[in-house]
Parts: sequence; structure tokens; C-alpha cells
Amino acid sequence: MSNRVAIAGVGMAKFGELWDKNLRDLSLEAGMYAIFDAGVPGSDIDGMVIGNMSAGRFTGQEHLGALAVDQGGLGDIPAYSVEAACASGGAAIRQAYMAIKSGEHDVMLVLGAEKMSDVNQTEAMNTISVASDWEWEGMFGATFPALYAFMARRHMHEYGTTEEHLALPTVKNHANAVHNEFAQFQRAVPIEVVMNSGLLADPLRVLHSSPITDGAAGLVMCREDIVKKYTDTPVYIESSEQRSDTLALHDRKSITTMNAVVTSTKNALKDANLELKDIDVLELHDSFSIGEIILTEDVGIVEKGKGGKALEEGITEIGGKFPVNTSGGLKARGHPVGATGVAQIVELVLQLRGDADKRQVDGAEKGLAVNIGGTGATSIVHIIGR
Amino acid sequence: MAEQGVAQVWRRIKSMYKGVGNRCETCKTYYFPPRPVCPECRRKGKLVDYTFKGLGKIYSFSIVRQAPEDFKRQIPYIVAQVELDEGTRLTAQIVNVDPEDVKIGMRVRACFRKIKEFGQGGIIMYGYKFEPTMKVTGHE
Repeated sequence: MSNRVAIAGVGMAKFGELWDKNLRDLSLEAGMYAIFDAGVPGSDIDGMVIGNMSAGRFTGQEHLGALAVDQGGLGDIPAYSVEAACASGGAAIRQAYMAIKSGEHDVMLVLGAEKMSDVNQTEAMNTISVASDWEWEGMFGATFPALYAFMARRHMHEYGTTEEHLALPTVKNHANAVHNEFAQFQRAVPIEVVMNSGLLADPLRVLHSSPITDGAAGLVMCREDIVKKYTDTPVYIESSEQRSDTLALHDRKSITTMNAVVTSTKNALKDANLELKDIDVLELHDSFSIGEIILTEDVGIVEKGKGGKALEEGITEIGGKFPVNTSGGLKARGHPVGATGVAQIVELVLQLRGDADKRQVDGAEKGLAVNIGGTGATSIVHIIGR
Repeated sequence: MAEQGVAQVWRRIKSMYKGVGNRCETCKTYYFPPRPVCPECRRKGKLVDYTFKGLGKIYSFSIVRQAPEDFKRQIPYIVAQVELDEGTRLTAQIVNVDPEDVKIGMRVRACFRKIKEFGQGGIIMYGYKFEPTMKVTGHE
């Protein structure tokens, strides 16, 4: 395999509710860190992609590609902006991956960014809701948390998943985030606190849900044959897969499994010539804790229905067989919608390079990320290796 | 430009007021809302309008405690995925029942209700909600 796509460098802006920073500050910060980390001269970058869900509604600004190259001083290179709801970051990486693989671009900057705190919570919630089928779900009163609540209640009904199970991803991910300096919440949360937090949409509670976050993440990606020019610690994209499903949750045969995740993961592993047991560390899209439970099953860590049990047994903790969301996940690292898919890969790159500090998974060589759009209408899977 | 919500609701009146969806005569699958293309049969599909009976059962549900502005006055309210007798599912509010009495599998029927207002002074959107059949007819 000589025409893989390499990741030369990664960068993050600290996630949080950042009133003193706007979208361009955040994008610039993540992009600059990624470029410095890669050791790439700005003049070598011949294209950039930015993943963003809804800057138009969150901030009033669109045309983010042009904004980012302009502010970054990257000259007149082509700049692309891509949207796939919460999977916009993963989509940006996949666009760059395809552009480099096709030979059109050699070195690209990839950004994911979202500035969510410039609008009030209600407007933020409305904006996130349009990732589902707005005319036939949202407009009838089904908030985004309510749709995940449908999945949670059905999972409890079909498989006996409990309220304790729903709390466990939060507890684990917050514990992991304690050691992630970029995380929005660098603190542990006891299970009682999660289980007694306010109800958002029964059975989902506030602490089952990812927060409103401002943040950006960046990667420098390039052709495999030139990456050694820039860095001694490159990481490679072993495969990139994307699948779609119905926009509305009610159109799916089952709402306790995400078919797009099952298929994209299976294909990504096949393309990379790997089996799940070869994967050392995973980032799974936990916008709600039930999401992590379902994805744990859908990627094949445990069989359908056993996602809650996997958490009980510690399989997905750091030190377990399949560590999931070592970064703190969307719950504790924060979920700036368009940035999340890129932040997942940043975490996996740090893990593979051995740079993940106290949350390091020993000897991690392969990592897998699942980035979801909406309630599973888009699934983007990347497998990376060193 | 149409006043917020006006055209958006008006062009869907048939489905929202009367429960008109469609059915593919090739594969006999029902769709609600109506689909422009049968995803099973694609060009071999033949879609004809179909008015749903409005009877079904609760497939999954939630009680919404935090809602956007247009629904704030209704919280807490019950929203559910209803599996219609024709086999298709839709998303709607459940009314005429206490939140603690809602159960998966409960028989429900469609009723005509005010759904929401588009902001202050905006148009009022009407459409379907569902209520337990037992409450109305006295039997399951």
C-alpha cells in the first residue's frame, strides 16, 4: 500500500463555552496548531476543507472555506466547506482523503469547527433538531433528545437495558476527560449525580446528553510518499467509509441499531484488511449515552443488546479490551457539532503516537472512529494506523 | 416570501389534516408521509394516494421536559413513534392520557389538534396527534 493518505499533524482549540472567541478565532487556533505540529510550510498546503453544521444559524456567517483560508493567510488555495450535520467533521476528513487519493491535492488542511454559544439554548436546540427530519419529526414536537429517547426506551424494552446502563457512558467518559486538557469538562461525575440529573426527555437526562460547545479541531493530511519530509511520526488513514440511512428515525425497521454504522464499520475493516480485534482504541459518537451503547454493539464489540453490560464489565474503559472515548467523548470533551468528527481523529492520532498522556492506551497501533449525523442517517468511519 | 410556516404547512395539508400518505402497488408497502419514489421498487414502483385509518399502537415514546419556544407552553408533553396498523410509523404527540400511563404497545387513534404556533403572532399549525382508543371508545 503505497498510496495511503497520511496525517502529518493535528491541532485542537480547547473546547468549552468560549464567549471571548468567535468562529474564526477557533478555526485559526486549531489550524495553526495542526500546521505547526505537522511542520508543513504554509506554502505547501494546496487545498483546505472545513466541516461545519450550521454556522449560518449559530453565528450568521456562511462561506467558511473562504473565511478560513483568508484568516489563516493561506493565499488563494481552493477551500471547500462540507456539511453532514453532526458528521460534518468526519465528512471533511473524507473529502480531503478522496481529494488526495485522486491526485488532485497533495497537502491539505482539514478543519472542523462550530461556534454554538452565540445563540441561546433554545435556538441552539432548534438548530441541532434540523439534523433529523424537521418537517415530520421536529415540527411535531419531537426534540432531538426525544428522538434519542425513543431509541433508549426501545432498547430498554427489547434488551432490558437499565437506567444504570444509560448513566455508565457518562461516568466513564468524564473520568477519561479528567486527563484531556482540551476537554470542556475535565472532571469526574459520580453515577448518582448522573442518575439524579434533570430529565430532558424521559428516559434521557441532562447528564446523558452532550453539551453545547464552542470548538475547533484540525488535521494536516498529505500523500504517503511525501509525509516523511514533514514528520517522523506520521499516522495513516487505513480506510474511510460512509453510509446513509433514512433521515427520519421512524422510517427505520429497527431503532435500536444503526444500519449505516454496521455497514460502514464492516466495510472500513474490510478495506483496511483488519478485524475488530486488531483495533486498539475507538472513538464512538456519544451525543447521547444511548448512542454509545448502540454503537458499541453496532461496531461489533459486543452482540446486540449487550452494550450496557459491556460498560458494566469495563470492556470499554482505558485498560479494557476495547477502550472507547478515551478523550472523554462528545459528552465530556464537548460536542461542537462540526468539530467533533475531526476531534475524534485528533484523539486517535495522539493515542497512536503515544502522546495521550495519562489517558494513553499502551501500544495503540490502530484506531477506529465512528462519526454520526442526525439519528444515524449518516455514518462515517475512519480507521487509522501507524 | 411566505409568512413563516404558511407555505410549509399549506403544501402538506392533505397529509397533516387527513392522514394522506401513499402506497406502492408493486410491493404493497405503505408510506407516511407520502414518498415521491418507492425506495424498494424505484422505477418499477407505482405510488397511489392512500388515506391512513389513523389507528395504531405506541412503538416508543418520551416525555419532553425541555422544548423549543413554540412548544414551551405544552411541557411536559408526550411524543411518540406510533406504528400504524398499515405497518408504517410516524412521529406525533400523544394526548388525553397522563404521562405515567403511557406504555409501549398502547392502542391509539389519530385526532385533530392544534400542534403549535409559529412564534408570537405566527400562524397556528394544526394536524394529527394520537389518543388512547380505550378512552374514546371504551374498549381496546
